[in-house]
This record gives sequence, structure tokens and C-alpha cells, in this order.
Amino acid sequence: MESIKDKIAIIGMGCCKFGENWNKGPEDMIIEAAYEAYEDAGIDPKDIQAAWLGTVGAHWIGMGGLALADPLKLQGIPITRVENWCATGHEALRNASFAVACGMYDIAIAVGFEKLKDTGFPGLGVGRGMHPVMEMRRTAPSSFAFIATRYFHAYGLSPEEGKETIAKIAVKNHKNGSMHPKAHFQREITLEQAVKAPIIAWPLGLFDCCGNSDGAAVAIITRADLAKKFRDDPIYIKGIGLSQNSMMPHFQPGFDWTGFEVTQIAAKQAYEQAGIKNPRKEIDLAVVHDCFTITELIIYEDLGFSPKGKAKEDIDAGTFALDGELPVNTDGGLKCFGHPVGASGLRMSYEIYKQLQGKGDKRQVKNAEIGLAHTLGGHPSVSCVMLYGNDLG
Amino acid sequence: MVGIKSYGAYIPISRMNRDMIGNAWGTRSIGGERSVANYDEDSLTMAVEAAINCLNGEDRQEVEGLFFASTTSPYKEKACSSIVATVADLNKEIWTSDFANSLRAGTSAVRTALNTIKSGEAKSIMVTAADCRLGTPRSVDEQTFGDGAAALLLGDSDVIATIEDVYSVSDDITDVWRTDQDTFVRSWEDRWVLINGYTKNMKAAISGIMKKSGLTPKDFTKVVMYTPDARSHIDLAKSLGFDPKTQLQDPLITTVGNVGSAQPLVLLVSALEEAKPGDRILLASYGDGSDAFVIQVTDAIEKAKNKRGVKRGVGLKMMLSSYEKYLAYRQLVSLPEEFIKLFPSASVMWRTQKWVLRCHGSKCKHCGLVSFPIQRVCFGCHSRDEFEEVRLSDKKGKVFTYSLDNLAGGVDPPTVQTIVESEEGGARIYCLMTDCNPKEVKVGLPVEMTFRRFHREGGFYNYFWKCRPAR
Repeated sequence: MESIKDKIAIIGMGCCKFGENWNKGPEDMIIEAAYEAYEDAGIDPKDIQAAWLGTVGAHWIGMGGLALADPLKLQGIPITRVENWCATGHEALRNASFAVACGMYDIAIAVGFEKLKDTGFPGLGVGRGMHPVMEMRRTAPSSFAFIATRYFHAYGLSPEEGKETIAKIAVKNHKNGSMHPKAHFQREITLEQAVKAPIIAWPLGLFDCCGNSDGAAVAIITRADLAKKFRDDPIYIKGIGLSQNSMMPHFQPGFDWTGFEVTQIAAKQAYEQAGIKNPRKEIDLAVVHDCFTITELIIYEDLGFSPKGKAKEDIDAGTFALDGELPVNTDGGLKCFGHPVGASGLRMSYEIYKQLQGKGDKRQVKNAEIGLAHTLGGHPSVSCVMLYGNDLG
Repeated sequence: MVGIKSYGAYIPISRMNRDMIGNAWGTRSIGGERSVANYDEDSLTMAVEAAINCLNGEDRQEVEGLFFASTTSPYKEKACSSIVATVADLNKEIWTSDFANSLRAGTSAVRTALNTIKSGEAKSIMVTAADCRLGTPRSVDEQTFGDGAAALLLGDSDVIATIEDVYSVSDDITDVWRTDQDTFVRSWEDRWVLINGYTKNMKAAISGIMKKSGLTPKDFTKVVMYTPDARSHIDLAKSLGFDPKTQLQDPLITTVGNVGSAQPLVLLVSALEEAKPGDRILLASYGDGSDAFVIQVTDAIEKAKNKRGVKRGVGLKMMLSSYEKYLAYRQLVSLPEEFIKLFPSASVMWRTQKWVLRCHGSKCKHCGLVSFPIQRVCFGCHSRDEFEEVRLSDKKGKVFTYSLDNLAGGVDPPTVQTIVESEEGGARIYCLMTDCNPKEVKVGLPVEMTFRRFHREGGFYNYFWKCRPAR
């Protein structure tokens, strides 16, 4: 099995303003993100040879690639639409990368978007199961509340201790998000606000849940050996891991509800490709799938940043703060930047791309060379981990 | 020796204090409380509960028929008996039939089962009766009615009580009715109903059966009579020569309410729970006539005393916090529109019946792993189609983890979401919890499975299993 390491370079990225974009359609957001990426890469739309589109909302935008071809007038080139729950944005980039790596195309575009605010529903999905009754009233907050309940139980945290621990993640991400002009939420919150917020799905309160947002993000990629023709500071893909569960955790015998094996496996795949032995030391920043604050907590453990059951100690020590040992969700994460599902993997990559180029503005992580983006999707049942670096080798 | 082999009953756990109804409308309360089916219950699910309670300890493979009796069947056209039989995990090679449209439906089903067994066509038949009738808001009926179900397993051997004699009268009288257009029960002027309907017919049937069998009131230990309210049966009993104080079965009007076509069977179960070998019971139902039965309790009665019956059902209760909740449970008020978009499919429900209705999981013949729903390829060892089906509906479990969800909507938020670990091989079942106080939910809480109504998208009822705290 070959590694993807240093075969693909990102030469341009774009991201629209995330949020409740009532006055923008999917096409407006895609145009905003794509033209930023074209300009960033210094290419003409005609240079694009193939496109991958990631979105989960087929039932209201239609099937196939038209939702991308139409706004950008991508006439004649192949467009592949992909969907893999919340890993969808990553999936678009992942598949584009493989096509370019094999030499089929020199320049490809990966686009992810979601228009959640046209659905009339304020949260992320209810009872959209594959069976008429088996997932009745399953919501995203309750699936992750299962994690919180069980994690608190397994590691002896009282509800108060547990809620305060995860509230610290919300406070951190709100602080980071307040420094990004494109983030959905740009306001800091206090620990007390987070802890006392109305309950959405016990034990998760309002500030434990990510933004339900509209947004689009775009990456333009080429082969690594061609990258310097486009720019001096391309960002290279160092590893791609993707892992899928075979039974939804809700029914999976023995599932312990304190972590996700899919994240652990996806990370292992990516670390091996990139040659990373000690992720906590070797990774400079990570943008991870904090759909809920408890999710970010277990991700610290699943990615090997914290020992199992010990994330609280690192949270209390400020390890993952912007000025900490390993900054996580420097752009505010899903929590504050927002979570337009199909766009999220690419939005995370956008933050890492900018940080590794030294364009992190007030959020800039010092000497950032290796960054990790992580998505977790489904019941959850799928995870993608992508590693990026700003140099070859 | 044809008679009753086993019994079961089900009273929904919710009770409404009748003063609450009186206060809501500014009317007089008749006192006491009534049972209220939860928002996810109907006559079909209550019949399932009673059936499963009755089947506890019995061999389900030996049941050769199942009857469902109700005036409040969720379907006008579709056999609920077939659904109950499937959910109770009975064989497919059995006779199922619905008895409807009459308060005598329950006893009609018993008489039919009895005759079928006597004829030698079947060795055992289960009769279920359930009702969830609606009294017009503000009416006395709304206070008097209750919801509940009973089940009797009839057979030709090992009976706990024999049915010695049967006698019926028929009488067309439009005293209490619902047309095919009506939601609420209607009735004519109450004095006329009492004198010319109830009393006249009950007297005719009870006198008739005593004459036929050569018995007198003093030959009966207990007389179990249908009654529309807390008083009418007392006067009736007196006029027939029974002693209301010692012989009359408590009609449970003050604690449960009038459970309609299920009432005679529920009260019979109640009588059997207290019965001793040798007791003789007189049972009489009412509705455009009357069915009367002479029942003789046998020595085997003691073996049925561990069944979940009426006494237990009456003892378990949770008080409804408001009259408005009752209106919401019965869909008598409009609630905020649900965002839930489901994909109801009759063919999917049919194809997945073995786990959706029968609650079967799969136990791998190679590695022993138990999974729910049924998995063709084993999650543990990848063996294909090498499993045996195991029934999980009658297995206890424990809450592995849970959430109290305010986003999921529904009639009675928060929605209690749980992952249950079954005692059967540790199978995991993702389900909602019902009949609980959300505050009592915790990791490790013992639970049992209960069959409930989910939704009516697509124009038909979708049922599935939930859990509830083990009681």
C-alpha cells in the first residue's frame, strides 16, 4: 500500500462567510468560496479538469453535479458528487486527491457546501433513519449525549464536573471563533453561561452544541511536483485516513460509548502515512469535529492527544487553547465557525492551510508546520483524518 | 375440561385524578381516578401487554388461535388480532379474528373460543380484549371511562377454572353507541338506558343462566358484572338476590374506570386473582344483550398467581400532571407541527417484522454473539446466515447510556433516549423509554421491553418496541 504523503498539494482555497445566510443561496456561497480559491491559486476556471462536490442534502438540492456546475458554469468537465455524512467535505478532497495522484488530472477542485437554514428545522437532523421506526426521533444531540452520559459514568465525573469540563471547550472555541471574521458566532462566552444554558439533550446544553449554519468551502489541488508553478507556499497532504463502522453504535454489541474506534483507526492510517509517531508532540495544530463539546473531549483521546480517560486534566491545564501545547479548533471549530455539513471538512482544511502559510492573523499558531483536520459523521459511524504540512519531506 | 389456562391484564400506568377533570371544566367530579393510556398506547398495544402477561410461563408454540376484542380498534379494516399474534410471537399457523363494535366483544370472543375448543378444532386459544374509549370532553363519560386490557388463555387441559355454562340474550337498543362517524361515545337519556337497557338485559341473562344450570345466588362465591358506573351493579345484584358486600366483584370504577369491552374480562381476572379452589364465579357482560358464564375454579388456580394481572396493574401508577396532557395524549388538541420526516413503508415494515414486531435478535451459532436487529452477517465473526433467532421482548435489560432530549419533539418531551443492554447475550437495543419519570433514569437502571405505537405517517400505524423501568 502506497502512502499519499507529498503527492498532492493544495494551491488555493476559499471559504464563504458561515452563518445564517438567509439572503444567500447555495450558488452564492459556492461562487464566493470558489472565486476566492481561483484567485488564491492564480488559476482560471477553465484550468480545472475535474471536480468533486460534497453535500448531504440531496433531497432539496437535487442529485448529481448540477448544484456545482450551474453556479460556476463548469461546462463539460467530470463532476462527481460524494456524500459521507459529516465527513463529506473531506471525502470530496480525498477523492479529488486520489484522481490527481494517479495522474489522471493535473488540476482538480473539491467543493463542499450545505444550506441548512432552508429546512425550517433548527437542529441537526431528527429521525432521518433508514427504517420507518428503528431510528425514530434519533437526534444528533442525543447520540452524543449518550457519549457524555457514559463517559461521565465510566470516569467517575459527577454531572456537574462533567458539564463544567466540556463547558471549558465551548469557552475556548468561542474565544477562538471571536477572532475569525468568517465564523458564524463571534462572541466570547463565560463558563457560567455555558454551564447554565438550557438543556438540549441532557447532559448537553445549548453551548455544548455546534452552530447550525450555511456555508461553502473550496480547495484547488495539483500534483506536488507541479505546485511551485502556482505558488511558493503550497500546502502538502501528508496523510489521509478514513474509517467506517459496520453497525451503528446504537446497536453495536459491546460498544463502550466513551470513544469512537473509527476516529482511532482513521488517525492511525493517516499517522502511518505521514510517519507520525507521537501526535501530541509532532502535530502543531488540529481542527477537529466538535459537533458537541463532549465530542471534542473524546477526540483528544481518540487522536492520541490525551491518554484515555485523562482529557479532563489536559482541558483543565489549557493544553488545547490557542496558546497551549497543542491548539485545537483555532478558528472556533464547528462550535463557532459553524457546521454546514458538506463544507466542514474543507473549512477545517482552510484554517490549517492558512495557518501553515502563516496567515492565521490574530489566531496564528507559532511555527505551525503540521496540521490535522478531523471529521466524524453519522450515528456516528465514519471518520476522516487528514494531515497537512507546509514542506516536502 | 374446557376452561381458562392462564390470565393476564394490563392497566396503563398513567392515572388522572377526576377532580382535575372537574376543575378543568368547572363540573362535579365523580371522585377517584381513572387510567389513561399513554400517548404511545392504543387498544392494540394494551392487548399486546395483556397477552404477553398471560403468556408468561406458557408455551407460545401451543397457542392455536388469538382473538382481539375491542370497540376502539386502531383499524377499521385490518385485523389487529394478526398484529397482536405476531407481536406475541405466536405461530403463523393459527386462527386470528377480531371481535368489534360491541361492549360484549370480549365475552363474544370468549364464547367463540370456548366453542371452538369444545368442538375439538383447537386445543388452546387466547382471547384479548382492550378498550380506550373517548367520552366527550366535559361529559361524565370522560370521567367514568378508563383504559385497559385483559387476556385469557382458554384450553382443554390444565385449566385453572372451567367454564361450566354459558347463556346469552340479545336485545336491540340504541342506548350507548358510536356511529361510524363518531369519535365520542353517545347515549340516550340515562334513566331509560339504565332501566330498559342495562338492568333488564343483565337480569335476563343472569336469571337465565341460573335457571339453566340449576344454581341460585348463594351457589356463587363471586359475581362479576359489567357496570357502566360505580352504583348500578349494586342495585342489580341486590335485586337478583346477591349480597353486594360479600359476593360482588369490585368494578374498579374508582381506581381504573369503565374499560369498555375489556371490563368483564379485567374484572374476571381480578376475581381469579383472589379465587380459591372450588370457588364458583358468575360473569355477565352487557351491550345490546348480555352474555353470562358460570365458572368453576380448580385446584390449579394457585399456579396462575404469579401472573401480571389487575392487582399489580392497579397498584402501579403515575399521576398525570395536567388535564391538558390527557387531551394531548388522545390527540384532542393540536400540538406544534413535528419536523420529523419519516419514510413509512408498509413493505419495509412487513419485511422486517421478525425484529420490528417479534423483537427477535440473532444469536451467532459460531461465536455466540447476540445482535439486534437481526444481522445476516455476524458482527463478531463474519459467518453468514448461521444464526438462531432469539426473542428479546421478554428479556430484561439495563440502561447502558441515555439522554433526555428536548429537541426530538413528540407529545410529551423530553424524549428519553436509551441504549439498552439486554440480559440476552448483551445485545444492544437503541430505543426510547416510556412510562417513566425522566428524573429516575440513570445508567444501570433495570428495564423491560414494551410494545408501543410510534406514528401514523403514510396513513397506517407504525409500532415498535420501547423500554420502561422494570417494575
